[in-house]
Amino acid sequence: MPGTRGPATVGEGTELTMTAPIKTAGNAPEADAAASPAKKIEGRSLGRIAWTRFKRDKAAVAGGVVVILLILLAVLAKPIESAFGLDPDALNQDLLDADLGGLPFGDWGGMSWDHPLGVDPLQGRDLLTRVIEGSWVSLLVAFGATVLSNTIGTVLGIMAGYYGGWVDTLISRVMDVFLAFPLLLFAIAISTSLQGGAFGLHGLPLHIMVLIFVIGFFNWPYMGRIVRGQTLSLREREFVYAARSLGARGPFILFKELLPNLVGPILVYSTLLIPTNILFEAGLSFLGVGIQPPQASWGGMLQDAIRYYQVDPQYMVVPGVAIFVTVLAFNLLGDGLRDALDPKSN
Amino acid sequence: MFAYIIRRILAAAVLLLVVSAVTFAIFFLLPRLAGETVDQLATQYIGKNPSPDAIAAVKKNLGLDQPLYTQYWNFLKGLVSGAEYKFGPEPATCHVPCFGYSFKNHLEVWPELSKRIPVTLSLAIGAATLWLVSGVATGVVSALRPRSIFDRISMGIALAGVSLPVFFTGALLLTVFSYEWPILDNLQYVNFTDDPLMWARNLILPWISLAFLYSALYARLTRAGMLETMSEDYIRTARAKGLAERKVVTRHGLRAALTPIVTIFGMDLGLLLGGALITEQVFSLQGVGQFAVQAISDNDLPKILGTTLLAAFFIVLCNLVVDLLYAAVDPRVRLS
Repeated sequence: MPGTRGPATVGEGTELTMTAPIKTAGNAPEADAAASPAKKIEGRSLGRIAWTRFKRDKAAVAGGVVVILLILLAVLAKPIESAFGLDPDALNQDLLDADLGGLPFGDWGGMSWDHPLGVDPLQGRDLLTRVIEGSWVSLLVAFGATVLSNTIGTVLGIMAGYYGGWVDTLISRVMDVFLAFPLLLFAIAISTSLQGGAFGLHGLPLHIMVLIFVIGFFNWPYMGRIVRGQTLSLREREFVYAARSLGARGPFILFKELLPNLVGPILVYSTLLIPTNILFEAGLSFLGVGIQPPQASWGGMLQDAIRYYQVDPQYMVVPGVAIFVTVLAFNLLGDGLRDALDPKSN
Repeated sequence: MFAYIIRRILAAAVLLLVVSAVTFAIFFLLPRLAGETVDQLATQYIGKNPSPDAIAAVKKNLGLDQPLYTQYWNFLKGLVSGAEYKFGPEPATCHVPCFGYSFKNHLEVWPELSKRIPVTLSLAIGAATLWLVSGVATGVVSALRPRSIFDRISMGIALAGVSLPVFFTGALLLTVFSYEWPILDNLQYVNFTDDPLMWARNLILPWISLAFLYSALYARLTRAGMLETMSEDYIRTARAKGLAERKVVTRHGLRAALTPIVTIFGMDLGLLLGGALITEQVFSLQGVGQFAVQAISDNDLPKILGTTLLAAFFIVLCNLVVDLLYAAVDPRVRLS
């Protein structure tokens, strides 16, 4: 616990945190003006204001609903599959036309009641089941990588911004070095070289860990820069001076005073980083260095499908739309959150 | 100003040096820490079941038995003064700039790699021109008429654009224009100097699929930036002193709104020049990205190292150019 250091001030410090002005408190008049004069004037927290604004943004609410449904789908993917007796890797050779080189019988990739989105060529696996199965892989990697890079970015960014001096110089130079790396190239090289086995893991758990690592570990400087910039302006605020004059020290100020005021930007940036990471994971799997077959993943399905784009674009459209809807929903949610939390927007 | 330029160039050179050291460490030190022995590394460069003598010879000839810092130093020396490789029956000379010598196909890395640069350069420059013009123009018009029909439609398209993976749009474009209505089939890279028309015709689909993603991003960024600048006090002042609206928008609004865009543009272009891996893959363009992917799947370390360094060089170069442009254009940049 970072806050436990400097025990003498914890009591006062906690109170300070409660009364410390949240970043947007300076815009309180605007919030008051928005309240109708007939109502009793009551203090509204930043979260309350943001929530009221967010609810008015229909696109953002729609995005949020889809995101919640997608998370539910990803979490429940395995139970759904076993409840309906679906197997993403089950082969249906009887549905394929050997004369056509293993393409499914029927139009639109062999769509039928049993296989609403059709089956894939050569193997005859049900595409709907594979899309469901791909959802948890995609979201797990994207969430994991986002948490990893934002944790590193937040901790280092807040330290660089608050301490300044040589700490800032060192961290900023490290960020420069990271930003000068060709990210995608590195991700491919590292995931290829670790494909055989590492950290005592093999197969799917290894691929997921490697993806989370390569996507998350090289992406942190973006978050670091944002947090550093915000911290630089927060550092000179009165509540930080007050905490310091009461005897609070480094880690306490960093994580109990500054961090709560950074929750807004961190939340917004995380919501917008998740779709980027979903695309990144799909791209790596598309290039054949992410999730490995037979495990279903959206990028891997697109990689399979691109060989058939001339024959039937259906195989490509199914995983493509899955990626599109997911990424779009997260983007809508992120945009809405940003507008809702931005004190300047109206 | 002159001292500032020199300092920026030196800083960029140091940055490249650090990147090269880290890259070297990742590819040569990391496998060793993970448990790979030098013998195993050397075995990759000869046939199966080699004799211990053969392994020892490879290790000695390639310098793999030397400590890593010596190998790194030799690599740096090769970059500026070339190197000799005693591999195979005759010693091979690696000319300046020696990015290394592929032990897999017995060729110098640089001549092979540099052949790929025009392809990636054509792809990146064409797409960048397209997205910069369309993205910024859309963003400006949207910001000047917020909530208008144009704004809503273009921002809707832009939101879709940033949510579509480039390998999906690229494949869709191929399906429509190369297969269903074969207006643009038989896409193969043609040198600009050989036939500029065929060059453009065969690159138009990759350009569009790459530019669609980026122009969506740039339109959103430009719109947000313009909305913010146009509400600044100095815009009101410019209008109050009777300046034509056109001048207010271009000279005052756009100029300020463009500076963050230029920074991002430098980073994006630098990244792309080091290989547009996915676009090259979708359209089978033999650029730097495909070279890297091939090198990685062959586990050809000198090639991977060379490509990574080239990519880092482009990133650092583009950032340097942006920094210097800033210093020239923006009076707020302090040169000391």
